[in-house]
Amino acid sequence: MSHTEKSHTEPLLTVSGLRKSFGDREVLRSIDLEVRRGGVVALVGPSGSGKTTVLRCLNSLEVPDGGRITVGGALTVDFDGRTDKRALDALRDRSAMVFQHYNLFPHMTVLENVTEGPVQVRKRPRAEAVAEAERLLARVGLGERGDAYPHELSGGQQQRVGIVRALAMRPQVLLFDEPTSALDPELVGDVLSVIKELSDEGWTMVIVTHELAFAREVADEVVFMDQGVVVERGAPEVVLGSPTRERTRQFVRRLQQRF
Amino acid sequence: MDWELVRTSLWPIVRGAVLGTIPLTLASFALGLAIALVVALMRLSRVTVAAAVARAYVSVIRGTPLLVQLFVIFYGLPSVGLTISPWPSAIIAFSMNVGGYAAEVIRAAILSVPKGQWEAAHMVGMSRGLALRRIILPQAARVSVPPLSNTFISLVKDTSLASLILVTELFREAQQIAAPSGEFMVLYVEAAAVYWVICLFLSAGQSRLERRLDRYVAH
Ligand SMILES: Nc1ncnc2c1ncn2[C@@H]1O[C@H](COP(=O)(O)OP(=O)(O)OP(=O)(O)O)[C@@H](O)[C@H]1O
Ligand SMILES: [Mg+2]
Repeated sequence: MSHTEKSHTEPLLTVSGLRKSFGDREVLRSIDLEVRRGGVVALVGPSGSGKTTVLRCLNSLEVPDGGRITVGGALTVDFDGRTDKRALDALRDRSAMVFQHYNLFPHMTVLENVTEGPVQVRKRPRAEAVAEAERLLARVGLGERGDAYPHELSGGQQQRVGIVRALAMRPQVLLFDEPTSALDPELVGDVLSVIKELSDEGWTMVIVTHELAFAREVADEVVFMDQGVVVERGAPEVVLGSPTRERTRQFVRRLQQRF
Repeated sequence: MDWELVRTSLWPIVRGAVLGTIPLTLASFALGLAIALVVALMRLSRVTVAAAVARAYVSVIRGTPLLVQLFVIFYGLPSVGLTISPWPSAIIAFSMNVGGYAAEVIRAAILSVPKGQWEAAHMVGMSRGLALRRIILPQAARVSVPPLSNTFISLVKDTSLASLILVTELFREAQQIAAPSGEFMVLYVEAAAVYWVICLFLSAGQSRLERRLDRYVAH
């Protein structure tokens, strides 16, 4: 891989023509997406529009039926119904996901949750993985909670552990699936500010969210999806401020009424 | 009541428990769990042949009496040229039986682990095997403890059937003293009491184990 000056403008992640069906239900119909290095894309749209499925395809938790995903120029995966496992594993290695319901490992301490992947999968020396985990935990304000079990933490703390677990995999792209939607309102802020900091540090991210104010603040681009297609995309203030499509307008209006 | 008989027979009966019932139970349970894990994983595997074989195994084990299984192995197999002595026969029969019942427990426990746990494991790069070993089975094990403890306690009592294939264990010791003396009531109640005491200890152990495992589980 050659890192040149133009690397900060070239797309790090490119998705084209992504298709996915469950049975005879077509959930993604030719999705295109481009995220530049250090860029933040917010995926928004009504329930069932396919946002989570897009993220899951990026992390190989779902195998698309068609289309292509390119990460960093070095990895291109074509989906043709029989994509081999090695390609899926390689794709998964490039990204790390933060789940809506955290999905922390309940039988492991916070520290073990974070070091599990680096040590067991990436085979990094434990001491090194622990040191990095402690540093990352401290950064999200959980430096003292390494020995706690997930159920001893608040939802907001658990989600910050979820974020640290993703960071510890050293991914090229961070994927967030409604990271705050399971949280009590007063805990949302902490998690969002962590995500904001990560974007300021230059992490490349795709965020599914219903927090439109946050999307405006953190995203370079907002992509509005409905029924498995991208309806509208562009700068946050355009898509969320003065959308051109009727479906986008309805969606934004409905979400704003909620608050 | 003949207290002298109770006193003199207690030692042989306890010896039968210590040298027969308890090792027979432990060996059969350990082997049985290994069989159960394999059968449970076969039932959950995507290989349809493996799943079908496992399903048939569980069905046969659960659909036939343990005593008959024991007799097939000890009295039946010799007529097809395979003679197995009492102890190994008992261990084979009991462990295969535990294997069938515990397989269902383990399978249900694995299925009870939320799908999100598999996904998080895959997200950090784990293969199915590693995810199973590091993430799913430890959680399934906690769920399995209460039902498997029950299987274990049942097994302690079921090992009395081994007396029928001449394994010297608790109940056979009691029988051997009862027959010449004619004191069936005294000896059999005594044997029952020893089983009961063993099971009381096991139940207490089960509660403690469950409380300890509970600490890590969110409610
Ligand atoms: N494993 C699956 N099997 C069958 N259908 C599925 C599966 N996963 C998702 N779907 C369906 O695909 C559609 C898109 O789901 P997806 O979770 O991607 O939507 P979403 O945009 O994330 O919605 P939400 O905002 O409610 O999270 C839904 O209709 C859902 O029911
Ligand atoms: Mg979703």
